[in-house]
Amino acid sequence: MKTRYDVLIIGGGPAGALAAKTAVEKGLSACIVEKRPAIGAPVRCAEGLGKEALLEFMEPDPRWISAEMTGATVVAPDGYKMQLSSKMAGSKVGYILDRKFFDRELVWKAAEAGADVAVKSRAAAPIMEDGIVKGAKIEHGGKITNVRAEVVIAADGVESKFSKWCGIDTTVPVREIMSSVQYVMTGIEIDPFSTVFYLGNEVAPEGYLWVFPKGKNTANVGIGISGKKSGEGHRAKDYLDRFVKKTFPHGRTIEFIPGGVSVCRPLECTVADGLLIAGDAARVVDPLTGGGIYNAMFTGKLAAQTAADCIGRGDVSKKALMAYDKAWRASKMGKGIERNYHIKEYLIKQPDTKLNEIIHSVSKIDLTEFSTLTLVKEIIRVNPKLMLDLGALAASLR
Amino acid sequence: MLKVHRDICGYCGCCVSVCPEGALELIDAYLSVEENCTSCGVCAKVCPLGALEVVHENQV
Repeated sequence: MKTRYDVLIIGGGPAGALAAKTAVEKGLSACIVEKRPAIGAPVRCAEGLGKEALLEFMEPDPRWISAEMTGATVVAPDGYKMQLSSKMAGSKVGYILDRKFFDRELVWKAAEAGADVAVKSRAAAPIMEDGIVKGAKIEHGGKITNVRAEVVIAADGVESKFSKWCGIDTTVPVREIMSSVQYVMTGIEIDPFSTVFYLGNEVAPEGYLWVFPKGKNTANVGIGISGKKSGEGHRAKDYLDRFVKKTFPHGRTIEFIPGGVSVCRPLECTVADGLLIAGDAARVVDPLTGGGIYNAMFTGKLAAQTAADCIGRGDVSKKALMAYDKAWRASKMGKGIERNYHIKEYLIKQPDTKLNEIIHSVSKIDLTEFSTLTLVKEIIRVNPKLMLDLGALAASLR
Repeated sequence: MLKVHRDICGYCGCCVSVCPEGALELIDAYLSVEENCTSCGVCAKVCPLGALEVVHENQV
């Protein structure tokens, strides 16, 4: 690690890795600072990623893909199952990644392209001059080094602190944090090619429970519930343990993964003077699915592209960096977040009877492309009454 | 004051994201609690494992 870079990136997840790789490819010097001793571990993720989403960045590689999905199942509160499959039977629609290897691959690629990487190195504070972010104080091995940069990209995840230290309110509302636990379970009876989502206030209040296959008899079995619904005796772990005892009594848990996923709106503003915020730290997780990998890669890459443009023009003010904020909001991803936020807000208010009704209306959906938008459109098509419930949102779904 | 049951904590950072005071920080596998913690208990509520507890002075 040097003491000066064009771009300093806080966090070595998908957002940070894509930011670093993009920055060096644009001819800038860049360094990723990762507080943990290893990239990719411990995992804080259900590891699902759509096929098209992955292909936008890279070709799939069996070294970091645990399983290929050809379908999905949504289980209603009353146990009724809605099957989703590709129109072309058997064609894959998404992947369950192996994040330990996937994240490592992304950072490896960034390093190969020329980025510096500092692990077990923590950003302890920003360097601020006249309210402008000028770098960070990096702690490693008990020593603090001032690392200056033209631009800092905060990609420090759900537990992000960096932007908060720079004066930006990143606090997630209690009702909009998904308090989550996941077990990697083996020795369980599952469909190895289909993800399963369980809905209902008894199963996962204001969230859902998932079974994402990672092989023939192995899966990520996890749950996210609203922070509002969490408390002593009824935490995410309590709900998951109850489900596992009933559904997979003979399964063995080989990994224990707690976590938090934000399902709020993104930060009001994702830039400041000398600072760009990307990925979970910017709260750009899809509020409906809780998926954040693609959005992190997308915003990480875009943040570095904007940084390169602005550094090239000699202006890294908030006003100049706003191009990043505007671009991701106007993107398909940004619009999807806004739309899915409204759908999520609608769904969490529905009683189980209504969820049953919606899911019963369709027994089998063939989708050419797996996306929540096409799913919601199909549900509305067979439930025209929903248009009234959805109000203003309906227009954006036509 | 806020007590961290370190035998239960899975150092996931869920609590850090909801802390209105910015009093929590996840340093690798160690959850650090700063002096500006007001013992509001929001973190204890959302913890997926129940690792956080607001302990009143007379119980310490």
